[in-house]
Amino acid sequence: MASASAKKIRPKYLSLPAILFQIRLPVPGWVSILHRISGALLVIPFTAWLLYLLDTSLRDEEGFQAIRGYLDLPLVKLGMLVFIWAYCHHLFAGIRYLLLDLDVGIELRSARITGWIVIVAGLLLTAVLGASLW
Amino acid sequence: MKRLVVGAHYGLRDWLAQRITAAIMVVYTGFAVAVVLAHQPITYPVWKELFARGWMRVATLLFAVSLAWHAWVGVRDILMDYIKPDGLRLTLQVLFILLLASYLGWAVQILWR
Repeated sequence: MASASAKKIRPKYLSLPAILFQIRLPVPGWVSILHRISGALLVIPFTAWLLYLLDTSLRDEEGFQAIRGYLDLPLVKLGMLVFIWAYCHHLFAGIRYLLLDLDVGIELRSARITGWIVIVAGLLLTAVLGASLW
Repeated sequence: MKRLVVGAHYGLRDWLAQRITAAIMVVYTGFAVAVVLAHQPITYPVWKELFARGWMRVATLLFAVSLAWHAWVGVRDILMDYIKPDGLRLTLQVLFILLLASYLGWAVQILWR
């Protein structure tokens, strides 16, 4: 039925369900969108949060102990876990991009492998550091 | 007549700045982890002493400046991709510049108290 002259409607806007369930993103695509999401999270709220922690913990002995106790709260630990993941994923994905810029690992196969490495390494390091938090 | 058709040619500069600042932050991250591991256990006097040293302050400041610059390029990219109305995008860009500048000011205040 499709004829060569049939015009495609461009730009094509996608519904949210289509974005979430119909489009299957390849691994480098996941690395990319997670790099963006983790980057946004690091700007808000994590930079502010870490500055607050650094500020209070360096102020005086009392502040230092207060932060010690604060970091023992389960919800705070959960937040710390998300921060650790965001930092690790952003760091690893970023190093991968720097290597791609240098033409290292640009073949499809190696790009997929390094994509998996970035995602797994980020989660693994989060698990290890998270375990030491608890 | 020579005419410029697009942009203000900040694309390449920002692209490069994002990568240089990224490299600085990677180095600082490794350095900071090593320093903290070398000073275990971290008590208040140890912690305070650490950030009282000149090189630690300068290194951390360098990290903070890199972060602000790097984050600005990233935030601008995200806003350009998703926020289509010009007025709203410009407003958000200004707000993020103010936010990142505040972060930097706060960091300086913490480091040189």
